[in-house]
Amino acid sequence: MSKTETGSPGKMGKWTRRAFIGAGVVAGSALVVGVAVRPGNPIDRLSPMLADGKDEQLLNAWVKVDADNIVTAVIPHVEMGQGVYTALAQMLADEMDADWNKVQILEAPADKQYVSDSIGRDFLFPDLEVPALFEPTVAGGILELAQAMGLQFTGGSYSVRATGQRAMRTAGAAAREMLVAAAASEWQVPAGEITTADSMILHAGSGKAEPFSKFALAAAEQSLPAKPTLKSPENYKIMGQSKARHDIPGKVDGSAIFGIDANVPGMKYAAVKAAPVVGATVESMDATTARTMPGVLQILNMGDFVAVVADGYWQAQQALNSIDTKYSKTEGDSLDQEALFARYATHLDEAGENGGDVETEEGDVGKGFAEAVTKVEAEYKVPFLAHATMEPMNCTAWVRDGKCDVWSGHQAPVNARQAAADAAGLAFEDVTYHNAFLGGGFGRRSESDNIIMATRIAKATGYPVKMIWSREEDTAQDHYRPSATSRFQGGLDKDGKAVSWSNIHTHLFDPKDAPTVPYYNIASHKIRKVDVPTQLRFGPWRSVDHSQHGFFIESFVDEMAHAAGKDGYAFRRELLAGSPRHLKVLDTAAKMSGWGSALPERHGRGIAFVPSFGSIVAQVAEVDMSGPKPKVTKVYVAADPGFVINPDGFTAQMESAIVYGLTAALYGEISIKNGEVQQSNFHDYPMLRINEMPEVEVALINGDHKRLGGGGEPGLPPIAPAVTNAIFAATGTRVRELPLSKHSFA
Amino acid sequence: MIKLNVNGQTREVDVDPATPILWVVRENLEMTGTKFGCGIAQCGACTVHLDGKPVRSCSTPISAADGKAIATIEGIAGEDGTLHRVQQAWIEAQVPQCGYCQSGQIMSATALLQKNPNPTDAQIDAAMAGNVCRCGMYGRIRAAIKAAAGQPATGEKAV
Repeated sequence: MSKTETGSPGKMGKWTRRAFIGAGVVAGSALVVGVAVRPGNPIDRLSPMLADGKDEQLLNAWVKVDADNIVTAVIPHVEMGQGVYTALAQMLADEMDADWNKVQILEAPADKQYVSDSIGRDFLFPDLEVPALFEPTVAGGILELAQAMGLQFTGGSYSVRATGQRAMRTAGAAAREMLVAAAASEWQVPAGEITTADSMILHAGSGKAEPFSKFALAAAEQSLPAKPTLKSPENYKIMGQSKARHDIPGKVDGSAIFGIDANVPGMKYAAVKAAPVVGATVESMDATTARTMPGVLQILNMGDFVAVVADGYWQAQQALNSIDTKYSKTEGDSLDQEALFARYATHLDEAGENGGDVETEEGDVGKGFAEAVTKVEAEYKVPFLAHATMEPMNCTAWVRDGKCDVWSGHQAPVNARQAAADAAGLAFEDVTYHNAFLGGGFGRRSESDNIIMATRIAKATGYPVKMIWSREEDTAQDHYRPSATSRFQGGLDKDGKAVSWSNIHTHLFDPKDAPTVPYYNIASHKIRKVDVPTQLRFGPWRSVDHSQHGFFIESFVDEMAHAAGKDGYAFRRELLAGSPRHLKVLDTAAKMSGWGSALPERHGRGIAFVPSFGSIVAQVAEVDMSGPKPKVTKVYVAADPGFVINPDGFTAQMESAIVYGLTAALYGEISIKNGEVQQSNFHDYPMLRINEMPEVEVALINGDHKRLGGGGEPGLPPIAPAVTNAIFAATGTRVRELPLSKHSFA
Repeated sequence: MIKLNVNGQTREVDVDPATPILWVVRENLEMTGTKFGCGIAQCGACTVHLDGKPVRSCSTPISAADGKAIATIEGIAGEDGTLHRVQQAWIEAQVPQCGYCQSGQIMSATALLQKNPNPTDAQIDAAMAGNVCRCGMYGRIRAAIKAAAGQPATGEKAV
């Protein structure tokens, strides 16, 4: 929580508060600290983007108060259904004592000033603890780094726990203190006698009561509070409440605008087909038929892809389908899935007992395993996965007169703006990026390939073009969740207690702690990785590496429990002994499920426990294996994210992550043949549907209000192993390779 | 020129009769509430009503709408703007997340309730299984349909 009264970190130049106040703008939170130390006065440039009327006063970078006493929270993240607009606004409004019914929400413009320093910092230094005195320096330094990385990023389940906790709350509290100071000065009473509630400033002694708006201008002249005081949980009024999401009304009447809905006067439509093997280029194309088709305006060989521009999207796609394209040969043409898994096996074999990169090591795992009374070994595999956002990738661009406008829905708008600038050959400042709602993100919309393609097309045409990918293109040209193989050796002592844990796996993408099990009390453990090159593009996929390692780790824990002759729940309790917060989550899920009670024949329960993104989650799945394929009937979830800002919103995230993870566990597989992705649409890359939806029951635990965890991703990693552990309980068959559709349980 | 009845209004468009309803509605009529998801009637994001029956507009040519009434998500609220009881139930249950599939979900649900005022779970499954929700809000969709089924019809107009 930084505050800069004297901040003048290093070479970034000295700033004074007065300089900002002189601009009619007050800075008051961690993020503004970083902005403030940059040369020039960036707030001046930002102000017109946020406050267009002279009646509006920008209080600080995250909040404005207008003449009608409407408090607008400026959200430096994007909405993709995770409810971030609402949750972050709740955090700001609560600290400010704003009237929730008069709070509005505005997504921050794609400007580098909004790069989130707290996110950059957590990416770069996840465990950094900084004495308060040095916070301004660190925050400023991190901001510069974050800006260099172009982060204004929504992902990593970071919004609430980083931006919300560190920036939105501070901004709200600072704004409130400045309003109070302004009122105290006007009313000539001590600030300590003034209270605030529902966007009003009150003085009990004199009976004075005025809206925030009355003091908005005067507040901007106040000096910054040295350290805004944040509320403690017993004083929360808006945080911890299931406030209805602000974005929902527009999503039931068709009025919500997604990237694909951009409407630019005079725009044309493009359909595209990229080379099916990554790295290949268009060698030749026969577009004889396409040229004669109605509405076709241009047929473009872009080297790595072909684009048809037409009056309508359907016309463009029809014409594109008629083009016969030959692609160059690449080294990747011979790649197929079996060969890839064989390549993983070779690399793992070559690493042997001591090769590969050591990620964590504690104790002597070799000795532990050698001396173990019971030894357990297993290998697990997971496939590539596509994101399959409901809204196919798209982007609208217009490049003309040295300027470029781009419309899309992106998880990192600043990245998108930079990507468009690079593709158009223009400066960042010459590009305006317009972000819309995201029809699903899940990590896919953190990549900018669509932005670059649309900008290149628009540069070639000179008029505005909306590029839409077909579902087939969306499936075949994703940045995939990597396929991976993971091998384990575990040792148990004579009492069936886990004493050694050795793991070696392919790939490590992010986050770094995904393969590790620091919460499990095992005397010796060693975790290694080997890198295996493939030409497929990787990208973050909801819960990122936890999606693989949650399955690997919690399957193997279950195998060790079975080898120890113990129940999976009881075995995990032993491993978590001494960690009451973890145990509470595990116990809650087990208790909800009626763990241990009788189930019908070929029904089973499985438990899994995965802390990720700062939140602790345990799940119990119930399966019915009496039919031809697995049916998941119930999922019980216990989750502790520290403190839940919006319980219904968080619950919805758990439900959503379970479906996303269960879809992958049941069906998800992108396979490669001759270098090409074989799947194309929902018939061969199937989705879970309503008739397969399990009942989901969620219990939320506020375990530590000072350390918030994420919400969007942590519900995902436990579901696959909870289900496969339940299948083992029901059938005695251990599933070591996903998806389940590859297996027969008859 | 093809003459259409969309949400009770007469519209004329000059398009190839083979053009799917989806693209005519989105591009020619500039009503973007109806969404493109898969193009092969596998996901239901493009669901509209044709004479009250749900159809996948991505795979239904505009010629099929000749002489019939098209209803889209923009047209199901009452004349006075009162939301359809299904839309209200959707807000009550906080159904949408990303929201992209929800126009199609709501069009399937309204068609279901019109035909079957009190659907069972199995009937809800049968009517809604063609609509994919990648955010996985199926539990809330089911709850909202049941809540709407118990409500008097509000904001609905004959189509």
